[in-house]
Amino acid sequence: MTNPVAVPQTTAERPRSWYKRNEIALTPWLFLIPGVLFFLVYVIFPIFQSISISFTEWDGLGQAEPVGLENYRELFDDDAFYTSLRNNIIWLFLYLLAIPAGLFIALFLNQTVFGIRLYKSLFFFPFVISQVVVGLVFSWFYDPTFGLFNEIIGWFGLGPVNVLGDERYVTYGIIAAGIWPQTAYCMILYLTGLNAVDPEQVEAARLDGAKGWRMLWYVIIPQLKPATFIAFVVTIIGALRSFDLISIMTNGGPFGESRVLSFYMFEVALSEYGFRMGYGAAIAVILFLIMMIFITYFLWSMYREERGR
Amino acid sequence: MFPKPIEKSSAGVRTAYKAMLPVALLIWLMPLLAIMVFSVKPGADFTTGNYWGIPSSFNLFENYGKVFFESDMPRYLLNSLLITVPTVIGCMILSAMTGFALGIYRFRSNLWIFFMFVAGNFVPFQILMVPVRDLTLDMGLYNTIAGLVLFHVAFQTGFCTLFMRNFIRALPFPLIEAARVEGVAEWRIFLYVVLPLMKPALAAMAVLIFTFIWNDFFWAIVLTQGVETQPVTAGITSFNAQYRAAYHLMSAGSIVAALPPVLMFFLMQKHFIAGLTLGAVK
Repeated sequence: MTNPVAVPQTTAERPRSWYKRNEIALTPWLFLIPGVLFFLVYVIFPIFQSISISFTEWDGLGQAEPVGLENYRELFDDDAFYTSLRNNIIWLFLYLLAIPAGLFIALFLNQTVFGIRLYKSLFFFPFVISQVVVGLVFSWFYDPTFGLFNEIIGWFGLGPVNVLGDERYVTYGIIAAGIWPQTAYCMILYLTGLNAVDPEQVEAARLDGAKGWRMLWYVIIPQLKPATFIAFVVTIIGALRSFDLISIMTNGGPFGESRVLSFYMFEVALSEYGFRMGYGAAIAVILFLIMMIFITYFLWSMYREERGR
Repeated sequence: MFPKPIEKSSAGVRTAYKAMLPVALLIWLMPLLAIMVFSVKPGADFTTGNYWGIPSSFNLFENYGKVFFESDMPRYLLNSLLITVPTVIGCMILSAMTGFALGIYRFRSNLWIFFMFVAGNFVPFQILMVPVRDLTLDMGLYNTIAGLVLFHVAFQTGFCTLFMRNFIRALPFPLIEAARVEGVAEWRIFLYVVLPLMKPALAAMAVLIFTFIWNDFFWAIVLTQGVETQPVTAGITSFNAQYRAAYHLMSAGSIVAALPPVLMFFLMQKHFIAGLTLGAVK
Protein backbone atom coordinates (compact mmCIF):
# COMPACT_ATOMS: atom_id res chain seq x y z
CA MET A 1 0.00 0.00 0.00
CA THR A 2 1.24 3.42 -0.83
CA ASN A 3 0.31 6.65 0.73
CA PRO A 4 -2.24 8.27 -1.56
CA VAL A 5 -1.35 11.77 -0.50
CA ALA A 6 2.16 12.70 -1.42
CA VAL A 7 3.74 14.72 1.32
CA PRO A 8 5.52 17.65 -0.23
CA GLN A 9 9.15 17.66 0.84
CA THR A 10 10.48 21.09 1.56
CA THR A 11 14.04 20.64 2.64
CA ALA A 12 14.38 24.22 3.74
CA GLU A 13 11.68 23.95 6.36
CA ARG A 14 12.45 20.46 7.63
CA PRO A 15 14.41 20.76 10.87
CA ARG A 16 17.85 19.31 10.34
CA SER A 17 18.31 16.01 12.10
CA TRP A 18 20.37 15.74 15.28
CA TYR A 19 23.08 13.94 13.35
CA LYS A 20 23.18 16.60 10.68
CA ARG A 21 23.55 19.36 13.21
CA ASN A 22 26.42 17.63 14.97
CA GLU A 23 27.96 16.03 11.93
CA ILE A 24 31.41 17.54 12.25
CA ALA A 25 31.71 16.64 15.91
CA LEU A 26 30.38 13.10 15.45
CA THR A 27 32.03 11.95 12.26
CA PRO A 28 35.55 11.54 13.65
CA TRP A 29 34.22 9.28 16.41
CA LEU A 30 32.27 7.12 14.00
CA PHE A 31 35.43 6.70 11.94
CA LEU A 32 37.53 5.99 15.00
CA ILE A 33 35.30 3.40 16.67
CA PRO A 34 36.40 0.24 14.81
CA GLY A 35 40.11 1.02 14.89
CA VAL A 36 40.14 2.19 18.50
CA LEU A 37 38.04 -0.74 19.65
CA PHE A 38 40.35 -3.27 18.01
CA PHE A 39 43.39 -1.55 19.39
CA LEU A 40 42.00 -1.32 22.91
CA VAL A 41 41.02 -4.98 23.03
CA TYR A 42 44.23 -6.40 21.56
CA VAL A 43 46.87 -3.92 22.68
CA ILE A 44 45.92 -1.50 25.42
CA PHE A 45 43.87 -3.72 27.75
CA PRO A 46 46.37 -6.61 27.53
CA ILE A 47 49.07 -4.31 28.87
CA PHE A 48 47.05 -3.80 32.06
CA GLN A 49 46.03 -7.45 32.17
CA SER A 50 49.69 -8.45 32.01
CA ILE A 51 50.51 -6.10 34.85
CA SER A 52 47.80 -7.67 36.98
CA ILE A 53 48.86 -11.22 36.00
CA SER A 54 52.37 -10.36 37.15
CA PHE A 55 51.05 -10.23 40.72
CA THR A 56 49.81 -13.82 40.53
CA GLU A 57 51.06 -17.36 40.20
CA TRP A 58 49.31 -18.89 37.21
CA ASP A 59 49.90 -21.89 34.95
CA GLY A 60 47.56 -20.56 32.28
CA LEU A 61 44.85 -23.14 32.93
CA GLY A 62 43.66 -23.21 36.50
CA GLN A 63 42.87 -20.43 38.89
CA ALA A 64 45.39 -17.61 39.16
CA GLU A 65 46.63 -17.27 42.69
CA PRO A 66 47.48 -13.78 43.94
CA VAL A 67 50.99 -13.64 45.34
CA GLY A 68 51.59 -9.90 45.59
CA LEU A 69 55.11 -8.84 44.74
CA GLU A 70 56.51 -12.38 45.06
CA ASN A 71 57.34 -12.65 41.32
CA TYR A 72 59.31 -9.43 41.40
CA ARG A 73 61.13 -10.51 44.52
CA GLU A 74 62.06 -13.75 42.79
CA LEU A 75 63.38 -11.82 39.79
CA PHE A 76 65.65 -9.97 42.16
CA ASP A 77 67.54 -13.20 42.97
CA ASP A 78 67.33 -14.75 39.51
CA ASP A 79 70.70 -15.02 37.75
CA ALA A 80 69.05 -15.76 34.41
CA PHE A 81 67.17 -12.48 34.74
CA TYR A 82 70.40 -10.53 35.24
CA THR A 83 72.05 -12.29 32.31
CA SER A 84 69.09 -11.34 30.12
CA LEU A 85 69.11 -7.76 31.36
CA ARG A 86 72.85 -7.47 30.74
CA ASN A 87 72.44 -8.84 27.24
CA ASN A 88 69.59 -6.41 26.57
CA ILE A 89 71.90 -3.53 27.45
CA ILE A 90 74.65 -4.91 25.20
CA TRP A 91 72.09 -5.25 22.40
CA LEU A 92 70.90 -1.70 22.90
CA PHE A 93 74.36 -0.14 22.68
CA LEU A 94 75.80 -2.26 19.90
CA TYR A 95 72.65 -2.03 17.82
CA LEU A 96 73.10 1.73 17.68
CA LEU A 97 76.20 1.10 15.57
CA ALA A 98 73.77 0.42 12.74
CA ILE A 99 73.12 4.18 12.56
CA PRO A 100 76.68 5.37 11.74
CA ALA A 101 77.20 2.24 9.61
CA GLY A 102 74.04 3.04 7.65
CA LEU A 103 75.16 6.65 7.20
CA PHE A 104 78.55 5.45 5.99
CA ILE A 105 77.06 3.17 3.35
CA ALA A 106 74.59 5.85 2.33
CA LEU A 107 77.45 8.31 1.78
CA PHE A 108 79.30 5.68 -0.20
CA LEU A 109 76.33 5.01 -2.45
CA ASN A 110 75.11 8.60 -2.86
CA GLN A 111 76.52 8.97 -6.36
CA THR A 112 75.07 8.91 -9.82
CA VAL A 113 77.05 6.33 -11.74
CA PHE A 114 75.56 3.75 -14.07
CA GLY A 115 73.58 1.05 -12.23
CA ILE A 116 73.67 2.77 -8.85
CA ARG A 117 69.96 2.29 -8.31
CA LEU A 118 70.35 -1.46 -8.52
CA TYR A 119 73.27 -1.28 -6.10
CA LYS A 120 71.18 0.68 -3.63
CA SER A 121 68.37 -1.91 -3.81
CA LEU A 122 70.77 -4.79 -3.37
CA PHE A 123 72.40 -3.14 -0.37
CA PHE A 124 68.94 -2.71 1.12
CA PHE A 125 68.13 -6.35 0.47
CA PRO A 126 68.91 -7.79 3.94
CA PHE A 127 66.15 -5.70 5.52
CA VAL A 128 63.44 -7.30 3.41
CA ILE A 129 64.33 -10.84 4.42
CA SER A 130 62.67 -12.23 7.52
CA GLN A 131 64.77 -12.37 10.67
CA VAL A 132 64.17 -16.10 10.75
CA VAL A 133 66.03 -16.53 7.48
CA VAL A 134 68.71 -14.03 8.55
CA GLY A 135 69.16 -16.15 11.67
CA LEU A 136 69.49 -19.36 9.67
CA VAL A 137 71.88 -17.75 7.21
CA PHE A 138 74.09 -16.48 9.98
CA SER A 139 74.06 -19.67 12.00
CA TRP A 140 75.42 -21.47 8.93
CA PHE A 141 77.81 -18.61 8.33
CA TYR A 142 79.24 -19.13 11.84
CA ASP A 143 79.21 -22.93 11.70
CA PRO A 144 82.53 -24.24 13.05
CA THR A 145 82.89 -27.06 10.53
CA PHE A 146 81.91 -25.46 7.25
CA GLY A 147 80.89 -21.85 7.94
CA LEU A 148 82.29 -19.16 5.73
CA PHE A 149 83.22 -17.14 8.81
CA ASN A 150 85.75 -19.70 10.01
CA GLU A 151 86.91 -20.23 6.47
CA ILE A 152 87.79 -16.55 6.28
CA ILE A 153 89.44 -16.15 9.67
CA GLY A 154 91.32 -19.34 8.80
CA TRP A 155 93.08 -17.43 6.00
CA PHE A 156 94.56 -15.21 8.69
CA GLY A 157 95.62 -18.20 10.73
CA LEU A 158 92.84 -17.79 13.30
CA GLY A 159 90.11 -20.03 14.56
CA PRO A 160 88.21 -22.13 14.24
CA VAL A 161 85.84 -20.38 16.61
CA ASN A 162 82.44 -21.80 17.46
CA VAL A 163 80.83 -18.37 17.75
CA LEU A 164 77.37 -19.57 18.72
CA GLY A 165 78.62 -22.30 21.03
CA ASP A 166 80.94 -20.09 23.04
CA GLU A 167 79.37 -18.13 25.86
CA ARG A 168 81.89 -15.32 25.42
CA TYR A 169 81.00 -14.61 21.81
CA VAL A 170 77.46 -15.79 21.37
CA THR A 171 75.62 -12.54 22.09
CA TYR A 172 77.97 -10.54 19.90
CA GLY A 173 77.58 -13.06 17.11
CA ILE A 174 73.80 -12.73 17.20
CA ILE A 175 73.94 -8.94 17.43
CA ALA A 176 76.14 -8.86 14.33
CA ALA A 177 73.44 -10.79 12.50
CA GLY A 178 70.85 -8.29 13.71
CA ILE A 179 72.89 -5.24 12.80
CA TRP A 180 73.11 -6.41 9.21
CA PRO A 181 69.46 -5.75 8.25
CA GLN A 182 69.23 -2.80 10.64
CA THR A 183 72.14 -1.08 8.88
CA ALA A 184 70.33 -1.54 5.60
CA TYR A 185 67.29 0.21 7.06
CA CYS A 186 69.33 3.13 8.38
CA MET A 187 71.07 3.35 5.02
CA ILE A 188 67.83 3.80 3.15
CA LEU A 189 66.69 6.46 5.65
CA TYR A 190 69.92 8.37 5.13
CA LEU A 191 69.87 7.99 1.35
CA THR A 192 66.46 9.65 1.35
CA GLY A 193 67.73 12.28 3.76
CA LEU A 194 70.82 13.01 1.65
CA ASN A 195 68.59 13.44 -1.36
CA ALA A 196 66.83 16.28 0.41
CA VAL A 197 69.97 18.09 1.61
CA ASP A 198 69.85 21.68 0.42
CA PRO A 199 72.40 21.93 -2.43
CA GLU A 200 72.75 25.68 -2.01
CA GLN A 201 73.91 25.31 1.56
CA VAL A 202 76.41 22.70 0.49
CA GLU A 203 77.75 24.98 -2.25
CA ALA A 204 77.90 27.94 0.12
CA ALA A 205 79.82 25.89 2.67
CA ARG A 206 82.13 24.68 -0.08
CA LEU A 207 82.90 28.27 -1.06
CA ASP A 208 83.72 28.93 2.57
CA GLY A 209 86.30 26.18 2.36
CA ALA A 210 84.42 23.44 4.21
CA LYS A 211 84.96 19.92 3.01
CA GLY A 212 85.28 16.31 4.10
CA TRP A 213 84.60 15.68 7.78
CA ARG A 214 83.92 19.30 8.67
CA MET A 215 81.35 19.58 5.92
CA LEU A 216 79.75 16.32 7.03
CA TRP A 217 79.66 17.29 10.69
CA TYR A 218 78.60 20.94 10.49
CA VAL A 219 76.52 21.08 7.33
CA ILE A 220 75.21 17.64 6.37
CA ILE A 221 74.45 15.88 9.64
CA PRO A 222 72.37 18.76 11.05
CA GLN A 223 70.22 18.58 7.94
CA LEU A 224 69.82 14.83 8.36
CA LYS A 225 68.24 15.26 11.80
CA PRO A 226 64.77 13.92 10.88
CA ALA A 227 66.34 10.80 9.36
CA THR A 228 68.55 10.34 12.43
CA PHE A 229 65.54 10.61 14.73
CA ILE A 230 63.67 7.88 12.89
CA ALA A 231 66.81 5.75 12.73
CA PHE A 232 67.12 6.05 16.51
CA VAL A 233 63.50 5.12 17.10
CA VAL A 234 63.51 2.05 14.89
CA THR A 235 66.94 0.88 16.06
CA ILE A 236 66.16 1.14 19.77
CA ILE A 237 62.80 -0.55 19.37
CA GLY A 238 64.44 -3.21 17.18
CA ALA A 239 67.14 -3.86 19.76
CA LEU A 240 64.67 -4.31 22.60
CA ARG A 241 62.37 -6.46 20.47
CA SER A 242 65.11 -8.92 19.53
CA PHE A 243 63.61 -12.37 19.79
CA ASP A 244 63.54 -14.13 16.42
CA LEU A 245 67.30 -14.26 15.95
CA ILE A 246 67.95 -15.65 19.41
CA SER A 247 65.20 -18.20 19.10
CA ILE A 248 66.49 -19.39 15.72
CA MET A 249 70.24 -19.17 16.22
CA THR A 250 70.80 -20.46 19.75
CA ASN A 251 67.48 -20.89 21.52
CA GLY A 252 68.99 -18.91 24.37
CA GLY A 253 72.05 -21.11 24.76
CA PRO A 254 74.73 -22.05 25.47
CA PHE A 255 73.76 -22.30 29.14
CA GLY A 256 71.24 -19.48 28.68
CA GLU A 257 74.06 -17.03 27.94
CA SER A 258 72.41 -15.47 24.89
CA ARG A 259 68.99 -14.86 26.45
CA VAL A 260 67.45 -11.42 26.48
CA LEU A 261 64.38 -10.39 28.46
CA SER A 262 61.96 -10.95 25.59
CA PHE A 263 63.29 -14.44 25.03
CA TYR A 264 63.53 -15.32 28.71
CA MET A 265 59.94 -14.23 29.20
CA PHE A 266 58.78 -16.55 26.43
CA GLU A 267 60.86 -19.40 27.80
CA VAL A 268 59.37 -19.05 31.26
CA ALA A 269 55.76 -18.57 30.20
CA LEU A 270 55.30 -20.65 27.10
CA SER A 271 57.83 -23.32 26.32
CA GLU A 272 58.86 -26.79 27.35
CA TYR A 273 60.47 -25.21 30.41
CA GLY A 274 57.15 -24.34 31.93
CA PHE A 275 54.00 -22.35 31.97
CA ARG A 276 54.68 -19.75 34.64
CA MET A 277 52.49 -16.98 33.27
CA GLY A 278 52.77 -14.81 36.38
CA TYR A 279 56.55 -14.88 36.45
CA GLY A 280 56.70 -14.35 32.70
CA ALA A 281 54.37 -11.39 32.97
CA ALA A 282 56.64 -9.87 35.62
CA ILE A 283 59.59 -10.11 33.21
CA ALA A 284 57.46 -8.57 30.48
CA VAL A 285 56.51 -5.70 32.78
CA ILE A 286 60.20 -4.94 33.41
CA LEU A 287 60.88 -4.95 29.68
CA PHE A 288 57.82 -2.77 29.14
CA LEU A 289 59.06 -0.25 31.70
CA ILE A 290 62.46 -0.07 29.98
CA MET A 291 60.74 0.44 26.65
CA MET A 292 58.43 3.04 28.20
CA ILE A 293 61.41 5.30 28.93
CA PHE A 294 62.12 5.47 25.22
CA ILE A 295 58.48 5.61 24.17
CA THR A 296 57.89 8.57 26.47
CA TYR A 297 60.89 10.34 24.98
CA PHE A 298 59.67 9.69 21.42
CA LEU A 299 56.17 10.91 22.21
CA TRP A 300 57.55 13.96 23.92
CA SER A 301 59.61 14.81 20.82
CA MET A 302 56.57 14.32 18.64
CA TYR A 303 54.48 16.45 20.98
CA ARG A 304 56.91 19.36 20.74
CA GLU A 305 56.91 18.99 16.99
CA GLU A 306 53.10 19.09 16.86
CA ARG A 307 52.98 22.15 19.07
CA GLY A 308 55.57 23.81 16.87
CA ARG A 309 53.35 23.60 13.84
CA MET B 1 75.05 17.14 -3.29
CA PHE B 2 77.23 15.47 -0.72
CA PRO B 3 79.61 13.74 -0.97
CA LYS B 4 81.15 15.47 -3.95
CA PRO B 5 79.80 13.93 -7.18
CA ILE B 6 82.25 11.42 -8.50
CA GLU B 7 81.97 12.82 -12.04
CA LYS B 8 83.93 15.83 -10.89
CA SER B 9 86.81 13.66 -9.77
CA SER B 10 89.69 12.39 -11.85
CA ALA B 11 89.26 9.39 -14.12
CA GLY B 12 91.33 7.29 -11.73
CA VAL B 13 89.02 7.94 -8.79
CA ARG B 14 85.99 7.19 -10.90
CA THR B 15 87.35 3.85 -12.05
CA ALA B 16 88.35 2.95 -8.51
CA TYR B 17 84.88 3.78 -7.28
CA LYS B 18 83.21 1.70 -9.96
CA ALA B 19 85.50 -1.19 -9.16
CA MET B 20 84.80 -0.89 -5.46
CA LEU B 21 81.02 -1.05 -5.82
CA PRO B 22 80.71 -4.71 -6.82
CA VAL B 23 83.38 -5.76 -4.32
CA ALA B 24 81.58 -3.98 -1.48
CA LEU B 25 78.29 -5.51 -2.54
CA LEU B 26 79.84 -8.97 -2.64
CA ILE B 27 81.14 -8.58 0.91
CA TRP B 28 77.85 -7.11 2.10
CA LEU B 29 75.76 -9.97 0.75
CA MET B 30 78.27 -12.73 1.43
CA PRO B 31 76.26 -14.72 3.99
CA LEU B 32 73.34 -14.69 1.60
CA LEU B 33 75.40 -15.65 -1.43
CA ALA B 34 76.79 -18.53 0.58
CA ILE B 35 73.38 -20.13 1.04
CA MET B 36 72.52 -19.49 -2.59
CA VAL B 37 75.56 -21.55 -3.51
CA PHE B 38 74.53 -24.20 -0.98
CA SER B 39 71.03 -24.38 -2.41
CA VAL B 40 72.21 -25.57 -5.83
CA LYS B 41 74.72 -28.13 -4.57
CA PRO B 42 73.98 -31.84 -4.52
CA GLY B 43 73.61 -33.46 -1.09
CA ALA B 44 76.65 -35.62 -1.76
CA ASP B 45 78.94 -32.58 -1.56
CA PHE B 46 78.08 -32.14 2.11
CA THR B 47 78.82 -35.72 3.04
CA THR B 48 82.17 -35.62 1.27
CA GLY B 49 83.07 -32.32 2.90
CA ASN B 50 83.11 -30.34 -0.31
CA TYR B 51 81.50 -27.30 1.27
CA TRP B 52 83.14 -24.42 -0.53
CA GLY B 53 84.62 -26.13 -3.55
CA ILE B 54 82.99 -26.15 -6.95
CA PRO B 55 79.66 -28.03 -6.83
CA SER B 56 80.12 -31.51 -8.22
CA SER B 57 76.87 -31.01 -10.10
CA PHE B 58 74.33 -28.27 -10.57
CA ASN B 59 71.20 -29.35 -8.72
CA LEU B 60 68.98 -26.28 -8.83
CA PHE B 61 65.90 -28.07 -10.10
CA GLU B 62 66.29 -31.20 -7.96
CA ASN B 63 66.72 -29.21 -4.73
CA TYR B 64 63.99 -26.67 -5.31
CA GLY B 65 61.76 -29.38 -6.75
CA LYS B 66 62.07 -31.30 -3.51
CA VAL B 67 61.14 -28.19 -1.53
CA PHE B 68 58.09 -27.57 -3.64
CA PHE B 69 56.82 -31.09 -4.25
CA GLU B 70 58.06 -33.29 -1.42
CA SER B 71 57.73 -31.11 1.66
CA ASP B 72 55.11 -29.10 3.50
CA MET B 73 56.60 -25.89 2.19
CA PRO B 74 53.77 -25.08 -0.27
CA ARG B 75 51.27 -25.44 2.55
CA TYR B 76 53.26 -23.06 4.76
CA LEU B 77 53.49 -20.59 1.90
CA LEU B 78 49.75 -20.78 1.39
CA ASN B 79 49.15 -20.20 5.12
CA SER B 80 51.44 -17.19 5.03
CA LEU B 81 49.47 -15.79 2.14
CA LEU B 82 46.15 -16.46 3.87
CA ILE B 83 47.40 -14.64 6.94
CA THR B 84 49.10 -11.76 5.18
CA VAL B 85 46.56 -10.68 2.58
CA PRO B 86 43.52 -10.31 4.89
CA THR B 87 45.70 -8.50 7.42
CA VAL B 88 46.83 -6.00 4.80
CA ILE B 89 43.24 -5.38 3.70
CA GLY B 90 41.98 -5.06 7.26
CA CYS B 91 44.71 -2.61 8.18
CA MET B 92 44.06 -0.50 5.11
CA ILE B 93 40.37 -0.18 5.91
CA LEU B 94 40.79 0.56 9.61
CA SER B 95 43.67 2.96 9.27
CA ALA B 96 42.18 4.87 6.34
CA MET B 97 39.31 5.63 8.72
CA THR B 98 41.34 6.40 11.85
CA GLY B 99 43.86 8.38 9.82
CA PHE B 100 41.04 10.41 8.29
CA ALA B 101 39.45 11.08 11.68
CA LEU B 102 42.72 12.12 13.33
CA GLY B 103 44.13 13.95 10.34
CA ILE B 104 41.14 16.09 9.37
CA TYR B 105 39.16 16.86 12.53
CA ARG B 106 40.18 18.99 15.44
CA PHE B 107 38.85 17.87 18.79
CA ARG B 108 40.32 17.88 22.24
CA SER B 109 41.32 14.24 22.60
CA ASN B 110 42.68 14.00 19.06
CA LEU B 111 46.36 14.08 19.97
CA TRP B 112 45.87 11.70 22.89
CA ILE B 113 44.18 9.07 20.78
CA PHE B 114 46.92 9.48 18.22
CA PHE B 115 49.57 9.01 20.90
CA MET B 116 47.78 5.93 22.17
CA PHE B 117 48.19 4.37 18.73
CA VAL B 118 51.83 5.42 18.46
CA ALA B 119 52.78 4.25 21.94
CA GLY B 120 50.92 0.96 21.56
CA ASN B 121 52.79 0.33 18.35
CA PHE B 122 56.11 0.42 20.22
CA VAL B 123 55.35 -1.81 23.21
CA PRO B 124 57.22 -5.10 23.53
CA PHE B 125 55.23 -8.07 22.22
CA GLN B 126 55.83 -9.98 25.42
CA ILE B 127 53.62 -7.72 27.49
CA LEU B 128 50.72 -8.63 25.21
CA MET B 129 51.55 -12.28 24.86
CA VAL B 130 49.75 -13.93 27.79
CA PRO B 131 46.48 -11.94 27.58
CA VAL B 132 46.28 -12.09 23.78
CA ARG B 133 46.87 -15.82 23.77
CA ASP B 134 44.23 -16.18 26.43
CA LEU B 135 41.75 -14.01 24.56
CA THR B 136 42.35 -16.00 21.38
CA LEU B 137 41.81 -19.26 23.27
CA ASP B 138 38.58 -17.92 24.79
CA MET B 139 37.24 -16.95 21.38
CA GLY B 140 38.01 -20.45 20.13
CA LEU B 141 40.42 -19.01 17.61
CA TYR B 142 43.63 -20.50 18.95
CA ASN B 143 45.53 -22.25 16.18
CA THR B 144 43.41 -20.69 13.47
CA ILE B 145 44.41 -18.30 10.76
CA ALA B 146 41.55 -15.99 11.77
CA GLY B 147 42.92 -15.65 15.30
CA LEU B 148 46.31 -14.59 14.00
CA VAL B 149 44.80 -12.20 11.45
CA LEU B 150 42.63 -10.45 14.04
CA PHE B 151 45.59 -9.77 16.27
CA HIS B 152 47.81 -8.60 13.41
CA VAL B 153 45.13 -6.23 12.14
CA ALA B 154 44.67 -4.74 15.60
CA PHE B 155 48.34 -4.34 16.33
CA GLN B 156 49.35 -2.99 12.93
CA THR B 157 46.54 -0.44 13.10
CA GLY B 158 48.84 1.46 15.46
CA PHE B 159 51.58 1.88 12.92
CA CYS B 160 49.16 2.37 10.04
CA THR B 161 47.29 5.11 11.85
CA LEU B 162 50.55 6.95 12.46
CA PHE B 163 51.34 6.56 8.80
CA MET B 164 47.97 7.61 7.38
CA ARG B 165 47.35 10.43 9.80
CA ASN B 166 50.68 12.09 8.98
CA PHE B 167 49.99 11.67 5.31
CA ILE B 168 46.51 13.17 5.54
CA ARG B 169 47.83 16.07 7.61
CA ALA B 170 50.01 17.00 4.65
CA LEU B 171 47.06 17.15 2.22
CA PRO B 172 45.74 20.58 1.26
CA PHE B 173 42.99 21.33 3.79
CA PRO B 174 41.14 23.93 1.62
CA LEU B 175 40.03 20.98 -0.50
CA ILE B 176 37.95 19.66 2.37
CA GLU B 177 36.64 23.09 3.28
CA ALA B 178 35.54 23.63 -0.29
CA ALA B 179 33.62 20.35 -0.20
CA ARG B 180 31.97 21.33 3.10
CA VAL B 181 30.87 24.66 1.67
CA GLU B 182 29.26 22.73 -1.15
CA GLY B 183 27.29 20.83 1.48
CA VAL B 184 28.90 17.47 0.86
CA ALA B 185 28.29 15.04 3.71
CA GLU B 186 31.36 14.20 5.78
CA TRP B 187 31.37 10.51 4.88
CA ARG B 188 31.21 11.47 1.23
CA ILE B 189 34.20 13.76 1.73
CA PHE B 190 36.04 10.71 3.04
CA LEU B 191 34.96 8.50 0.19
CA TYR B 192 35.22 10.87 -2.76
CA VAL B 193 37.72 13.54 -1.74
CA VAL B 194 40.23 12.10 0.72
CA LEU B 195 40.31 8.42 -0.19
CA PRO B 196 41.40 8.97 -3.81
CA LEU B 197 44.20 11.20 -2.56
CA MET B 198 45.31 8.51 -0.10
CA LYS B 199 46.01 5.94 -2.80
CA PRO B 200 49.80 6.34 -2.91
CA ALA B 201 50.04 6.20 0.88
CA LEU B 202 47.81 3.14 1.03
CA ALA B 203 49.95 1.41 -1.57
CA ALA B 204 53.15 2.19 0.32
CA MET B 205 51.59 1.01 3.55
CA ALA B 206 50.25 -2.18 2.02
CA VAL B 207 53.70 -3.19 0.80
CA LEU B 208 55.21 -2.52 4.21
CA ILE B 209 52.56 -4.38 6.15
CA PHE B 210 52.82 -7.29 3.75
CA THR B 211 56.51 -7.56 4.56
CA PHE B 212 56.06 -7.11 8.32
CA ILE B 213 53.36 -9.74 8.56
CA TRP B 214 55.00 -12.20 6.20
CA ASN B 215 58.15 -12.00 8.30
CA ASP B 216 56.42 -12.29 11.67
CA PHE B 217 57.67 -15.18 13.71
CA PHE B 218 56.81 -14.46 17.33
CA TRP B 219 53.02 -14.35 17.02
CA ALA B 220 53.04 -17.29 14.68
CA ILE B 221 54.57 -19.50 17.36
CA VAL B 222 52.42 -18.03 20.13
CA LEU B 223 49.06 -18.34 18.39
CA THR B 224 49.43 -21.27 16.01
CA GLN B 225 50.97 -24.71 15.84
CA GLY B 226 51.19 -27.34 13.16
CA VAL B 227 51.21 -27.45 9.43
CA GLU B 228 47.53 -26.52 9.01
CA THR B 229 47.93 -22.97 10.25
CA GLN B 230 51.55 -22.01 10.70
CA PRO B 231 53.08 -19.51 8.29
CA VAL B 232 56.35 -20.17 6.56
CA THR B 233 58.52 -18.38 9.14
CA ALA B 234 57.42 -20.84 11.80
CA GLY B 235 57.19 -23.75 9.36
CA ILE B 236 60.79 -23.42 8.27
CA THR B 237 61.94 -24.75 11.65
CA SER B 238 59.90 -27.94 11.23
CA PHE B 239 61.13 -28.13 7.67
CA ASN B 240 64.70 -27.92 8.92
CA ALA B 241 64.05 -30.54 11.55
CA GLN B 242 62.78 -32.83 8.79
CA TYR B 243 65.88 -32.28 6.64
CA ARG B 244 68.43 -32.04 9.43
CA ALA B 245 71.98 -31.77 8.04
CA ALA B 246 70.66 -31.68 4.46
CA TYR B 247 72.05 -28.20 4.01
CA HIS B 248 71.27 -28.02 0.32
CA LEU B 249 67.56 -28.48 1.05
CA MET B 250 67.51 -26.24 4.11
CA SER B 251 69.18 -23.50 2.07
CA ALA B 252 66.72 -23.90 -0.76
CA GLY B 253 63.84 -23.86 1.73
CA SER B 254 65.10 -20.68 3.36
CA ILE B 255 65.40 -18.94 0.03
CA VAL B 256 61.86 -19.94 -0.91
CA ALA B 257 60.57 -18.68 2.45
CA ALA B 258 62.31 -15.35 2.02
CA LEU B 259 61.34 -14.82 -1.58
CA PRO B 260 57.81 -13.32 -1.53
CA PRO B 261 58.69 -10.14 0.41
CA VAL B 262 61.79 -9.80 -1.74
CA LEU B 263 59.70 -9.97 -4.91
CA MET B 264 57.26 -7.51 -3.38
CA PHE B 265 60.14 -5.17 -2.65
CA PHE B 266 61.60 -5.32 -6.15
CA LEU B 267 58.22 -4.94 -7.86
CA MET B 268 56.99 -2.13 -5.64
CA GLN B 269 60.30 -0.56 -4.79
CA LYS B 270 59.17 3.03 -5.12
CA HIS B 271 56.22 2.54 -2.77
CA PHE B 272 58.24 0.48 -0.36
CA ILE B 273 60.95 3.08 0.10
CA ALA B 274 58.44 5.93 0.19
CA GLY B 275 56.71 4.10 3.04
CA LEU B 276 59.82 3.34 5.04
CA THR B 277 61.26 6.80 4.79
CA LEU B 278 58.08 8.75 5.42
CA GLY B 279 59.16 11.49 7.77
CA ALA B 280 62.86 11.05 7.08
CA VAL B 281 62.80 14.39 5.28
CA LYS B 282 61.10 17.54 6.33
